[in-house]
Amino acid sequence: MNLHEYQGKELFARFGIPVLPGQVAATPEEARSIAASIGGLVVIKAQVQAGGRGKAGGVKLAHTPDEAFEKARDILALTIKGLPVRKVLVAQAADIAKEYYLSIVMDREKKAPLIMFSAEGGVDIEEVAHTAPEKIIKQHIPLEGLRPYLARSVVAKAFPDAKQTQQATQILLALYRAFTEGDCSLAEINPLAVTPDGRVLALDAKVVLDDNAEFRHRDWDHWRDPAEETSGERLAREKGLSYVKLDGDIGCVVNGAGLAMATMDLIKHHGGDPANFLDIGGSSNPEKVTAALRIITGDGNVRAILFNIFGGITRCDDVANGIVTALRESPFSVPLVIRLTGTNEVKAREILAANGLSATTSMDEAVQMVIARAQEVTA
Amino acid sequence: MSILIDKNTRLIVQGITGRDGAFHTQQMVAYGTQVVAGVTPGKGGEKVHGVPVYDSVAEAVAATRANASVIYVPAPFAADAIHEATDAGLSLIVCITEGLPVRDTLAAYHKVLAKRGDDALGKPRLVGPNCPGLITPGQAKVGILPGHIVTPGPVGVVSKSGTLTYEVVKQLTDRGLGQTTCIGIGGDPVIGTDFIDALTLFEADPKTEAIVLMGEIGGNAEEQAAHFIKRHVKKPVVAFVAGQTAPPGKRMGHAGAIISGGTGTAAEKMAAFEAAGVPVARIPSEIPGLIADALQRRRARRRSAAPAKAKATPRAKSTPRTKAKRGPTPKAKARASASRREVARPSARKITKPAAKVRRSK
Repeated sequence: MNLHEYQGKELFARFGIPVLPGQVAATPEEARSIAASIGGLVVIKAQVQAGGRGKAGGVKLAHTPDEAFEKARDILALTIKGLPVRKVLVAQAADIAKEYYLSIVMDREKKAPLIMFSAEGGVDIEEVAHTAPEKIIKQHIPLEGLRPYLARSVVAKAFPDAKQTQQATQILLALYRAFTEGDCSLAEINPLAVTPDGRVLALDAKVVLDDNAEFRHRDWDHWRDPAEETSGERLAREKGLSYVKLDGDIGCVVNGAGLAMATMDLIKHHGGDPANFLDIGGSSNPEKVTAALRIITGDGNVRAILFNIFGGITRCDDVANGIVTALRESPFSVPLVIRLTGTNEVKAREILAANGLSATTSMDEAVQMVIARAQEVTA
Repeated sequence: MSILIDKNTRLIVQGITGRDGAFHTQQMVAYGTQVVAGVTPGKGGEKVHGVPVYDSVAEAVAATRANASVIYVPAPFAADAIHEATDAGLSLIVCITEGLPVRDTLAAYHKVLAKRGDDALGKPRLVGPNCPGLITPGQAKVGILPGHIVTPGPVGVVSKSGTLTYEVVKQLTDRGLGQTTCIGIGGDPVIGTDFIDALTLFEADPKTEAIVLMGEIGGNAEEQAAHFIKRHVKKPVVAFVAGQTAPPGKRMGHAGAIISGGTGTAAEKMAAFEAAGVPVARIPSEIPGLIADALQRRRARRRSAAPAKAKATPRAKSTPRTKAKRGPTPKAKARASASRREVARPSARKITKPAAKVRRSK
């Protein structure tokens, strides 16, 4: 799960990382009253998960509550990189003397968390990594944890005095606690800013949570924003399906993530366009199959549906039952191509045949068939 | 021959009384795997499909001299199961469970590594988590790979995926291309056994003549593997990368299958394999053909090289093939020799009978 800036700052504050006071607003009126309660100069920031918010006009200063109202109204009308702005963060504005970059990310290859720190803050770190990699300090965190001396050694040379070094060290230690105890796969502060009076602050927050750890973080649920999810995504999450919507017109239901990706690739290879990634997982629950079909038929672009099932733990007869039930509940108009092989394949074919359906055994053949069907529908 | 598991593997099932654990115990036993014990805390003394259940891995090992474990324990407790298996001294630990937090996997991984010490490819070894396990056709199956799609033969298969592996293995079998061992290493960001480990094991296995490697988007394990193949793998490898049409920034089912910051794309990985001289199948059904070609070429080469080799004349040494293929570096040699010691087949021969008696008397 990717957190919004205001959510990430909430997490940071919990671990003692200094952030400026602020609150999230969904309407210009709310923005006005938050600005009034903060007092003085505030910054209004679009809460969308996209880089380059400032360039897109999604970050503005406001001197008065009324100005905050106007700026929030403008920003809430924006769409940034395809994402409509539904909320803004209204926060106390800070003067900035210098900007740094600080993050911790899980390094898959080295199998350890990696600190990245740079005195070139406030910009796209990937660009810095590309153009001036020597400006990024990298430090893997040892298994036993981040000791203060190590944290200090990472930031030490970049700050002009001991006081700021001390603050930055404390922030890095807190960021490490947030990263581990918070089960993050990325925790990024960009910029980590120094004010003219020498305070070190987290002015932005980018946090990616490890979804697998949700079972021990009951509080994550309140960060999930229903408005950010399509109804299909919500249903998929509730039913334990992995679903990613794409732009094509061939819906696919597959068991297993690798096979699901390979199915999409094969559709593309044969000249079609997949409408989604959907993995019904390893279990053989007919209910998951009906949910999957509901999700896909809910996508208006879909012109044909492909089932690609390689039965292992997944039993083909369960999938067949799911398809038949779904068709009974709400018959849909788009053509259906079914490929089944593996566990209980024969039984599945009988169930399908009894309901006027048939299935092929070859994946290549099924993909070519579904593309042809989709084209017939379009023509 | 095979890698990691064979008919002498003595297996414990952790989480044997659960739905998945019980079902797959039955499947593994039916395949002929020596499943010697199960573990579920609080259920010691029960039996599941004829397999005795113990309260702890240590008890199960003491009673049965098991040397490998497979884990079906639910995600919140699965990492603890890896720790327990490691402490009990098992050589091979295969974690099937999906959904472990990376933080938990990381701690378990480093525990296994610490126990292993200096021997880079020694014991214990963790496979997974979030993987389908391994199967050595005709000998043993540890995990959830279906037994009916495999057949013994010369092809080693290593993959991040589950059902995609079944798809390809079935196509290989249909084409008459049997397998030495199929290993699913899992699709999580942090895994115990990676492509390079599996490639090293297959390279050292005398019966493996060609290798299928199936990767997917996310991370850079495929690029690393390509680099390793170029330098250390003499046997032919055929690669496939799933997720050529995956959009950036979206997790495609597997926790590790995500293109982030513009890296981890299928295109990059395919290019890395091609640069290393590894043929890349664009679609799964191209794999059997590429493997058949590679096997044919290798065998033809061996036939023509064999007489020259026997004579060991200087002329034979300067054939184009010997020139083109560099020998393994000392490090690779060390890895290869370590791997030969690695099959989970310890002193089982002399203790098989007594151990069975212990089990019955319990």
